[in-house]
Amino acid sequence: MQMRLRVWRQKNRDTQGSLVDYAVDDVSSEMSFLEMLDVLNERLAGEGDDPIAFDHDCREGICGTCSLMINGQAHGPNRATTTCQLHMRSFEDGDTIRIEPWRAAAFPVLKDLVVDRAPLDAIVQAGGYISVNTGSAPDANLIPIGKPVADRAMDAAACIGCGACVAQCPNGAGQLFTAAKVSQLALLPQGKPERTKRVRSMVATMEDYFGSCSNFGECEAVCPKEISLDFIAVMNREYVRAALVSDPGD
Amino acid sequence: MLNLYRSAVGKKVLMALTGLMLFGFVLGHMVGNLKIYQGPEKLNAYAEWLREVGSPAVPHGGVLWIARIGLLAAVGIHILSAWQLTRMSRKARPHDYAKLESVQLTYASRTMRWGGVIVALFVVYHLMHLTWGSLHSDFIPGDAYHNVVAGFQVLPISLFYIVAQVALALHLNHGLWSLFQSLGWNHPSINPWRRRLAGAFAAIVFIGNVSFPIAVLTGLVA
Repeated sequence: MQMRLRVWRQKNRDTQGSLVDYAVDDVSSEMSFLEMLDVLNERLAGEGDDPIAFDHDCREGICGTCSLMINGQAHGPNRATTTCQLHMRSFEDGDTIRIEPWRAAAFPVLKDLVVDRAPLDAIVQAGGYISVNTGSAPDANLIPIGKPVADRAMDAAACIGCGACVAQCPNGAGQLFTAAKVSQLALLPQGKPERTKRVRSMVATMEDYFGSCSNFGECEAVCPKEISLDFIAVMNREYVRAALVSDPGD
Repeated sequence: MLNLYRSAVGKKVLMALTGLMLFGFVLGHMVGNLKIYQGPEKLNAYAEWLREVGSPAVPHGGVLWIARIGLLAAVGIHILSAWQLTRMSRKARPHDYAKLESVQLTYASRTMRWGGVIVALFVVYHLMHLTWGSLHSDFIPGDAYHNVVAGFQVLPISLFYIVAQVALALHLNHGLWSLFQSLGWNHPSINPWRRRLAGAFAAIVFIGNVSFPIAVLTGLVA
């Protein structure tokens, strides 16, 4: 396959960037999207050019490191797929593919396609944990938790924190990520004691960086882990509850 | 209340609550106006009743004014929140994509802001037309039936009302669903019904409201 790429190139966070055209020949349909970029980078390095910087790590869809806005969609055209799990067979020979970094005020571009996603860490640091000392692993069934509840919490916990939700949201909102992190704990008994403080603190941190939710649903559509918009309602309910109660110790 | 207003999530809760109030008004307004099909006496009596209800416990027009002040406050909170949240979201995405490809964005959801502005401007016109009569060529105070019929007999005005109802229906279609999210009203058993309920209520309000100008234009109500 022959691909035409329009790639965002930017030297560092202080310089202006622009879209640069590249032609890549000898692309196999079995290559992953990142392998296709590897091929281009080998060539660029061989020609003495600066290779295109992009984030990647596990390349098996579980680490949340890869990003890329591919033809205006976070992680590309396939649903429930990270960029590393996207393959060139999803494209036609001769296609032009536009590759841009995540765009958000909170995600400054560091170089080319690499952005700083530290605000997502700040949200987790604000309350995405439980403070009890758990010691060694307890017996699995010591605290009875119904299967539907456990499954629901697990659905929220599937979030890999890639930031596609923010990148795709027309409002640049961080609701889906924050909701997943609030919900995975709020749904379980271990998370209940700190629920009031947690939701207040995580929402406040989220609003320091991101936009406001309009319930467009674009986030859940591009989420590689298919985190449901329903979790945003869970977070909102937690937040309303926190606004109405005054827990001791808050 | 003030606590909620400090955060964006809280502002959305206030928008949902005020939106629910305004929806209640819109639905009641439509249902009340169905009295036009019972003839001039019934409609005008209903219009008078709105002023008299509650008396003598409250003065003439008292309940009506309490409702008006409540609605005005709701409109104020709704619009101010929307304005501030829009500014917040614009700031969150200073550098746009070459082209953002939407996946499941609906027309109703992405026109909430400007659609809301259109609805608000229409409401102002509607008040000047059929409440104050300042934009009505043949306004008779106290004769609601005559004012509606004479008003809608002007074709461009009727068409404008119908277009405004399209904007209102779209706004309600996304807004009514969205308020379930903002208030955290979700449960696996009601989730499939939320969008359907919103669509159904938007359709009910739309059909009821556009029936009035259509009935006048076709001579069904004269």
